Amino acid sequence: MDAPRDTQGLLWEVFVQEEGGAAHVHAGSVHAADREMALQSARDVYARRGRVASVWVVESAAIAATAPADRASFFEPAFDKVYRHPQFYKVPRGVRGI
Amino acid sequence: MTDSSADPAPLVADFEARLDADETIEPRDWMPERYRRQLVRMISQHAHSEVVGMLPEGNWITRAPSLRRKIGLLAKVQDEAGHGLYLYAAAETLGISREQMIEQLLAGAAKYSSIFNYPTLSWADIGAIGWLVDGAAIINQTTLAKTSYGPYARAMVRICAEENFHKRQGFEILATLAAGTPAQHAMAQDAVDRWWWPTLMMFGPPDGESPNTAELMRWKVKPRPNDELRQRFVDLAVPQAKAMGLTLPDPELRWDEETGTWRFGAIDWEEFRRVVRGAGPMNRERLRVRREAHDEGRWVREAAAAYQAKRRAPAGA
Repeated sequence: MDAPRDTQGLLWEVFVQEEGGAAHVHAGSVHAADREMALQSARDVYARRGRVASVWVVESAAIAATAPADRASFFEPAFDKVYRHPQFYKVPRGVRGI
Repeated sequence: MTDSSADPAPLVADFEARLDADETIEPRDWMPERYRRQLVRMISQHAHSEVVGMLPEGNWITRAPSLRRKIGLLAKVQDEAGHGLYLYAAAETLGISREQMIEQLLAGAAKYSSIFNYPTLSWADIGAIGWLVDGAAIINQTTLAKTSYGPYARAMVRICAEENFHKRQGFEILATLAAGTPAQHAMAQDAVDRWWWPTLMMFGPPDGESPNTAELMRWKVKPRPNDELRQRFVDLAVPQAKAMGLTLPDPELRWDEETGTWRFGAIDWEEFRRVVRGAGPMNRERLRVRREAHDEGRWVREAAAAYQAKRRAPAGA
C-alpha cells in the first residue's frame, strides 16, 4: 500500500444559520477529510462568536452551479413575466387589503 | 511580452465595463490573467501574514500576566488562524491549491507582512501589536472590503468584524502599563518606540514607488492608495497615544492646520526593503517555527487522509 499523501483534505462549503427560522447562508470553505471533521472545523472557523443556530457542510465538488456565460439565456425567461408580480393586476380605487 | 497580451480584447472590455459599473467579479467569471495572478499574490500573502502573525504573539500566551490577558490573547491568536483560513479559501477560488500556497510559504518563496519579522521582546509588545499593527491592518482591510473580487471582499468583511477586538485588547494592555509603575510605563513606551515605524511601513511603499498600485487601483482590487491609508492611520493613532500618556518616536510629528492632518517624518524605506528581502531580525526564525509546526502536524493530516480513504472504499472491498 502506498504511504498516505500529505494533503490538506477535501474542500467543503459551509452554510451558517444565524438564528432559528433564518436561511442558511454561505459563509466560506474549510478543508477536512470527512463530514464530521468538516463540521467541527466549520464551527471553529465560522462560529467562534455565538449567533449561530446551525451549520451545514457540503463537499464543494457536489455543488452544481450556473455558469456566468449562461446567465442571459438561463435566467432570461424570468425577465419579461410581469404578470408574476402583483403590480400587474388592477384593483379599483378605494379597495383595501388586497 | 505582457501576460495580458493573450487576453481577447472584447472580453477585457467587457470585464472593465463591469468594474466601471461597480459589479463584483466572481470566481467563475472571465478575468484577465494578470488580474487573477495579482489577486493570488495579494490574497495568499495576506493569508500567510495572518498565519505567521500568530507566531510573535503565540510566544507570549504562556507568559500573559493574568487570566484576563491570557484568554484575550488566546482568542486573538485563534482569530488570526481563522483569518488565514478565510483567505486561503478565497485564494483557492482563483485556481491555486492550499497545498501549493503552503509549499510556497515553507519554501521561503512567498512573502508575508514584514512586520512579523520583528521580535516581541516584552509583554508590552503584545499591546503594541494589537493597538498599532492590528489598527493599521483594520484601516487597510476596511477598504479591501470593497475590493472588486467577491470572495476576497467577503473574507474582509468577516475579518474586519473580528479585528476590532484585537485593537482594543492591545490598547487596553498598553494603557494599563502606561498608567502603572514607572517601570511599566517605560516598558510600554519602549514597545511603542520599536513598533511605530515598522507599522507605518505596513502600508507599503509611497504611491509613486509602489510597483503594483496603479494597476491594482484601475481594477479596483485595491480601492485606496498606500499614502492615504498611512495618513488616515497616523491621524487616528496620534491622539490615542496622547490619551495613554505615551509619545511617538518622531521628532518631526506636528499638526498641520492647513490640511487638518498630522505631518510625520521620513520613513526609512531602506530598512523596509532589507526586511522584505529577508534580512529582518526574525525572518529565519519565523519560517523555522512554521516548518516545524507543519512537520509536526504531518501525522495528523496523514491519519485523516487514511481514514478518509478507508471510509470511501466500497463496502466489502
